Amino acid sequence: MVVKGAIKTGVYFDSVTLMIVGRDITAATGVLDAAVVMGTRENQAILKSAGLWLRQFDAAADTDLLLAVKAASAEAAAGALRAAGEQLKAVRDRTDAAEEWRPLSLEGALQILPGANVALISVAGRYAGEQAMQALKAGLNVMLFSDNVPLGREIELKKFARAKGLLLMGPDCGTAIINGVPLAFANAVNRGDIGIVAAAGTGLQEVSSLISDQGAGISQAIGTGGRDVKKEVGGIMFLEGLKALIQDTATSTIVLISKPPHESVLKKIGKALKGVRKPVIAVFLGADEKTVRRYGMAPAATLEEAALVACGARPRPANGQVADLPHLGKYIRGLFSGGTFCTEAQVIFRDLGIRHVYSNVPLPPFVTLRNVWKSRQHTLIDLGEDVFTVGRPHPMIDYSLRNRRILEEAQHPETALILLDVVLGYGANMDPVGELAPVIREARVKRPIVFACSVTGTPRDPQNRTKVVEGLESAGARVFPSNAAASKFAAQVARSLEKS
Amino acid sequence: MAIRELFDTELKVVNIGLAAFKESLDHCGVQAVQVDWRPPMQVDATVEASASAIDRANQRAVKVILAGKPFLVGMAKALHVVPGMRKNVILHAGPPVTWERMCGPMRGGVIGALLYEGMAKTAREAQALAVSGAIDYSPCHQHAAVGPMAGIVSPSMPVFIVRNEEYGNTAYATMNEGLGKVLRYGAYGPAITQRLKWMEETLYPALQKAIAKLGKVDLKNIIAQALHMGDEVHNRNRAATSLLFRLLAPAIVRTAPDAEQAARVLEFINGNDHFFLNLSMAASKATLDAARDIAPSSVVVAMARNGTDFGIQLAGTGGQWFTGPAPVPDALYFPGFSKKDANPDIGDSAITETNGLGGFAIAASPAIVQFVGGAASDALRYTRRMYEITAAENNVYQIPALNFRGTPTGIDVRKVIAKNILPVIDTGVAHRKPGVGQVGAGILSAPAKPFEEALMGLAKALKKKERS
Repeated sequence: MVVKGAIKTGVYFDSVTLMIVGRDITAATGVLDAAVVMGTRENQAILKSAGLWLRQFDAAADTDLLLAVKAASAEAAAGALRAAGEQLKAVRDRTDAAEEWRPLSLEGALQILPGANVALISVAGRYAGEQAMQALKAGLNVMLFSDNVPLGREIELKKFARAKGLLLMGPDCGTAIINGVPLAFANAVNRGDIGIVAAAGTGLQEVSSLISDQGAGISQAIGTGGRDVKKEVGGIMFLEGLKALIQDTATSTIVLISKPPHESVLKKIGKALKGVRKPVIAVFLGADEKTVRRYGMAPAATLEEAALVACGARPRPANGQVADLPHLGKYIRGLFSGGTFCTEAQVIFRDLGIRHVYSNVPLPPFVTLRNVWKSRQHTLIDLGEDVFTVGRPHPMIDYSLRNRRILEEAQHPETALILLDVVLGYGANMDPVGELAPVIREARVKRPIVFACSVTGTPRDPQNRTKVVEGLESAGARVFPSNAAASKFAAQVARSLEKS
Repeated sequence: MAIRELFDTELKVVNIGLAAFKESLDHCGVQAVQVDWRPPMQVDATVEASASAIDRANQRAVKVILAGKPFLVGMAKALHVVPGMRKNVILHAGPPVTWERMCGPMRGGVIGALLYEGMAKTAREAQALAVSGAIDYSPCHQHAAVGPMAGIVSPSMPVFIVRNEEYGNTAYATMNEGLGKVLRYGAYGPAITQRLKWMEETLYPALQKAIAKLGKVDLKNIIAQALHMGDEVHNRNRAATSLLFRLLAPAIVRTAPDAEQAARVLEFINGNDHFFLNLSMAASKATLDAARDIAPSSVVVAMARNGTDFGIQLAGTGGQWFTGPAPVPDALYFPGFSKKDANPDIGDSAITETNGLGGFAIAASPAIVQFVGGAASDALRYTRRMYEITAAENNVYQIPALNFRGTPTGIDVRKVIAKNILPVIDTGVAHRKPGVGQVGAGILSAPAKPFEEALMGLAKALKKKERS
């Protein structure tokens, strides 16, 4: 056993710092006891009684720092002294890391952000419902991003919110823009006088981005979650959102986006629209136009059409030079990260008379793709479905699964064209070109097939749509202004392939 | 409220979950707070069902706590003023405990008190008396009193009388003896007896006269000022002691029999940075006692440790104690000492935390924040966490570093359990052997057990009320 020590003259540390250093070096292996103290008379006495006194300390004064280590070996003692020196230096160099305080609960958050009016909730579904209820009770509007919230809970929350005059967007609501603020997955769009209610998240992103591209803008974009317009929920929030936009003086045109709502919901919408003079454009993908018109809405067949009509612009004619395509393969393979886009593509294929399409989310009359990992004939796949997202982030964020599938499909002799969507904005993948362009290049080196892409977003998005389009085009993809345009092009190719 | 009203209001977002969403909001310049979310724990269904009744009772309880006006109004011998005090009664810190289960420092304190009272001539005699059954032990808290560490109060000891002028109730505490070998750490023997006698015969009369001369001393005001001067009035009382000294000094000089005695009394106060501690405790006790018996409140009105058990009492469950084993503090130890020397947590001083001071106000006390791990930001974090489990923010006690936000006050046992956040206590550590004294200091979390028990106790009380 050895006792080793050191004196540092003219160095001052407060006693607590020294106790911390002393404690830490005492904890080192081989160290039996240690003291790091200023050389006051009291401390000298303490060192003596603890058996840590050294001859060299005899001359110590109040202003000297004394380090003493009792250790099993000389090396351990020396190591401890070195460690103490380093730690004291670190204390000197310490700066105040002014970090932001994170409260531990909604209640704590409301204490430091009084007047909070929106809770954005994305915790696991089994807790999310309770959190949402707490937020509603505290008078906050709620955007419930989480999925896997039971249907009964959703209905309970929405009824409660309606009674309190609050929004309950979701569950499984990916997108909203309130007062110009993009929430969760949303794009940096212009503000303007067009209001949106959507039960389809990517649909909302597409329509709002296209409106912004036309120079018009969004007043409010309210998401409801896909289940809202089904029979069970009965369109509670779809209707509340619609009513709010009808009353909102800053909104002069309304766009409704959804898969076809249940008949009972359509009826309620029709009732709510009685006497309303604002134009209401509805894109209920796959719905019968006459029915939509009967309930007082102007039907749009595609998201793009809805956006253009809302801006007072003319729908674009389908374009794309089909004639000069290379004669490779027979079928279209659509790999979508946005579920709404997969549906929209099917509507377009159907309306252009393509008869045989397989999908994991088939729209009548199309057929279910049994093995989702293997395409058949024309195949349009929603990669955001649960089977693909178990254990990995959504395909709008994580491109790896789709990138593999792209390479696989591209090599297949049957594949003529790959149809893709790229979704930009907050929450989405931040480097789409860096991750997707090399894959397109690689695929086209092996088989120069056609890539038809849409890019949903705006030049003001963090990814910058203009740059993304350039990047994808230079990789050899044909980039279209919308998913509808890309899908129409793909459908025309499909038709010409069927003829040939 | 209607949805469209939101459209005319500036958006302020609470983000619960994916932090990326908060970053996007920051990017857009939107006011947003990220919640460091964790899965909540289940609170008893009976308590849940009575949430609004409990909320109402808690509102009443914290109103009483915030309105409390503790004044030092005088001094007297414990026997003459402390309710239930008799010649064979010794009061101690924490929840009830028998001699058999008493820890070392508390036993030492009892022996010291018996020697001081003249009920025994030697330590051996005192010990025999202590176990004989002739002495009744009782918690200070059950006698409107509080005591630091062992918290020993015996009949002849002079006590401060602190009155809550808003509600008329009174609390008592002895005078602080200073550091080193002192009774509250279980030291006994001639030197201890001698000091206690001097305090009884010289210090007490001088202070008594000085207080009488002043009429009364506003303790709440001193505490509020001290928080602005770096005290949290539990583990640091230097500013509060100085403020009290300034107030008392002229009165002591005017009323003392001679200059030498005045000087000695003033020197004693000046030489003990913790002199004010007993007063901050009595002020807290007087404040919190007024909020007792408000059913079915889940607000804590006492947290106290006897060195064996940690006990708490609720505003809504009368005098019932809810206890669990007292933890051994994971503190910073003075050179030569370690955790194995430490006694489990001891003392009534956690009454300060219960009143929104001490560890709850540690953000106000940069001089001692290093005990919590080094950085000033840690202290801020400790205090901020406590807002999560309290029912109110103090209207008088403030934290300068938090933009003069009121200290977190009124611990709600429901929140403690639901959020799984335990109160922080800023404490000194006693040696497990009697009389060695303080061996360290630090921050510790209260144990969960007493709070779980308390919530069950509240649920039981609610069920009983339903049946009747």
